[in-house]
Amino acid sequence: MGPDLWLLYRQMLRSRRFEEAVTDLWQKGRISGEMHLGIGEEAIAAGIVAHLQDGDAMALDHRGTPPLVMRGVDLSLILREFLGCADGICCGMGGHMHLFSREHLTASSGIVGSAGPIAAGFALAAQHLRPGNIAVAFFGDGAMNQGMLLESFNLAVAWKLPVLFVCKDNEWAIVTRSQHVTGGNLLERARSFGMPALEIDGADVEAVWNAAKQGVDRARKNNGPTFLLARCIRPEGHFLGYLPLRRSLESMIGMVGPIMHSLPARKGASPGERIASLGSITSLIGRTLTEKYSKRRDPIHHVRQRLRGEKARLNEIEKEVEKEIQQAVERALS
Amino acid sequence: MKTMGFADAIDDALAQAMVDDSRVVVFGEDVHGLRTGLFVRFGEKRVRPAPISEAAFVGAAVGAAMAGLRPVVEVMMVDFIGVAVDALLNHAAKVEAFSGGKWKVPMVVRAPCGGGYGDGGQHEQSLWGWLAHIPGLTVVVPSNPADAGGLMLSAIEHEGPVVYLEHKLLASNMLDFLGSGGRKTVQYDVPAEGTCGSVPDGWMPIPLGKAAILHEGKDITLVSVAVGVHRCLEASAILKKKRISAGVLDLRTVSPLDKEALCQAVSRSGRLLVVDEDYRDFGLSGELAAVVLEAGIPMRYGRVCTEETIPYCREFEHQILPSTGRIVDAAIKLMDR
Ligand SMILES: Cc1ncc(C[n+]2csc(CCOP(=O)(O)OP(=O)(O)O)c2C)c(N)n1
Repeated sequence: MGPDLWLLYRQMLRSRRFEEAVTDLWQKGRISGEMHLGIGEEAIAAGIVAHLQDGDAMALDHRGTPPLVMRGVDLSLILREFLGCADGICCGMGGHMHLFSREHLTASSGIVGSAGPIAAGFALAAQHLRPGNIAVAFFGDGAMNQGMLLESFNLAVAWKLPVLFVCKDNEWAIVTRSQHVTGGNLLERARSFGMPALEIDGADVEAVWNAAKQGVDRARKNNGPTFLLARCIRPEGHFLGYLPLRRSLESMIGMVGPIMHSLPARKGASPGERIASLGSITSLIGRTLTEKYSKRRDPIHHVRQRLRGEKARLNEIEKEVEKEIQQAVERALS
Repeated sequence: MKTMGFADAIDDALAQAMVDDSRVVVFGEDVHGLRTGLFVRFGEKRVRPAPISEAAFVGAAVGAAMAGLRPVVEVMMVDFIGVAVDALLNHAAKVEAFSGGKWKVPMVVRAPCGGGYGDGGQHEQSLWGWLAHIPGLTVVVPSNPADAGGLMLSAIEHEGPVVYLEHKLLASNMLDFLGSGGRKTVQYDVPAEGTCGSVPDGWMPIPLGKAAILHEGKDITLVSVAVGVHRCLEASAILKKKRISAGVLDLRTVSPLDKEALCQAVSRSGRLLVVDEDYRDFGLSGELAAVVLEAGIPMRYGRVCTEETIPYCREFEHQILPSTGRIVDAAIKLMDR
């Protein structure tokens, strides 16, 4: 049996609208510090979370809001946390990078790569205490160079742990292009540990759902871990207020100032090397802008296209989701 | 003299060192974006972006330093140093001792530190006392642009491993990147003199292990580093109105500690109040008390520190981090006793 695309669409839309509301509160200064969104990753979260049951666990990275929203955590509790309230889901202690829900066996961390070992531990506990239950680790392509994550791949294979390792590959680690600092190929790398590795279009929720099903079934049968490489694009850049995407003159000057100052400075690299550095900075900015304005790989758009035949039903879902989010925001702010 | 921001001063001194010594190289995550000026001026070979592999690239800095380079390796925040602790604890800090003093590790680990902008307890720690606990590591924590540049130069010139911590409330580029994100709707309690100030026309090294007396005081000595220094200066001004003369000592280097300056100041005032944004227990604040007592100096003692995991919520965060109000209260209490 295939996935229920309507359900998946609803989940993805809930997450999108929720994070749009978060963006608004962040812009208004109601949320402090950094804010990493999962906008662009919704199909990956939805296609995987749809397979989870009671007793399954999730280890999330710094971009953990969508899986929590889809797992059924109370939205206003998440918002209260982001607003820094004592009655938020983590009593105002955690914030968006450190979200925990014990009932949902879900933990997040801002330490890149740490979802691997934590998920391996969740899976070990499942092996002992809840046979048939599994753990999922969500992380980015940048994390694929973190030793502890790679070590946890080996651990999971050696101990046949029921884990699904999910790499959300947007090809960036903040302002670094992953390919620039990564050797070999990520699928091959995962395979070399001795687990199946599947590559999927992370904008296609059905593809994610199908691949996840294989990995989840394998884990539930106690056959060990699976690695998923899901390609995606995140239009908002690394986090809200991401410097290359700001439109103000002030930030332009902030970015260009040091370059103009350094380019002609006496003593340093050869003119050729300086031009090469300048070239790579410009191409990174160019690439960031292209991703911001390309709608092509938006997962919501993708699934909506599949469902567009039933306009009325789409409208109904959209209205319901809008209302749910609006009410959650109102409750959180009241 | 000219005026410069805290972060610019560090990069400027670093640039001077890179011009003077071709063995100085910079690497770390996103350095081409965080240090664009250096990247463009010195090229990618000397300012090299690294994968998210702290254990490998901090470890590589140790090897590179042993084999002749002078790396300035960046860890994006000191909190993330956890991933690379082995390189510092068991390698950088040990080589000189293990080799009978014959082999040294001239490297600098540069890391932003500190809180006050609502980013939570995994992104706002200070950890200077925790690192200084390890014999063989030098730990530098400047509080203003002039010191920041001069100390960076000495850190690079030093023959052993140095952890160089820049507080994010002082480095305005970091605060903008991580805290405000270009928003005008958020405010942080940023000490103005720390973020921008006069600096020399050409950088000269400031000796490691030398504290600076920023304010003389005969009743009580306030001792701190980084943002804490500015909170102490504010507290001292408030205490003055209450007829309490509070001196302020900026340690500038946590390890090696300027024991002489500390003991001199406390022997004059007879009261020591340590203001430490790092964790209270088993750390810098207790160490300062031990140093003074070991020297046989009688004193009254108090401390204002971070006592637990730093909360994300701004209001709780403010209560937990050392604030001017907490310093004033603690100082008054010490006067009463
Ligand atoms: C151990 C560690 N090193 C560095 C960082 C800083 N940092 C936060 S997110 C990030 C990039 C992560 O890239 P990726 O894993 O691809 O996730 P993405 O942000 O692209 O979703 C970095 C370097 C961190 N949080 N933890």
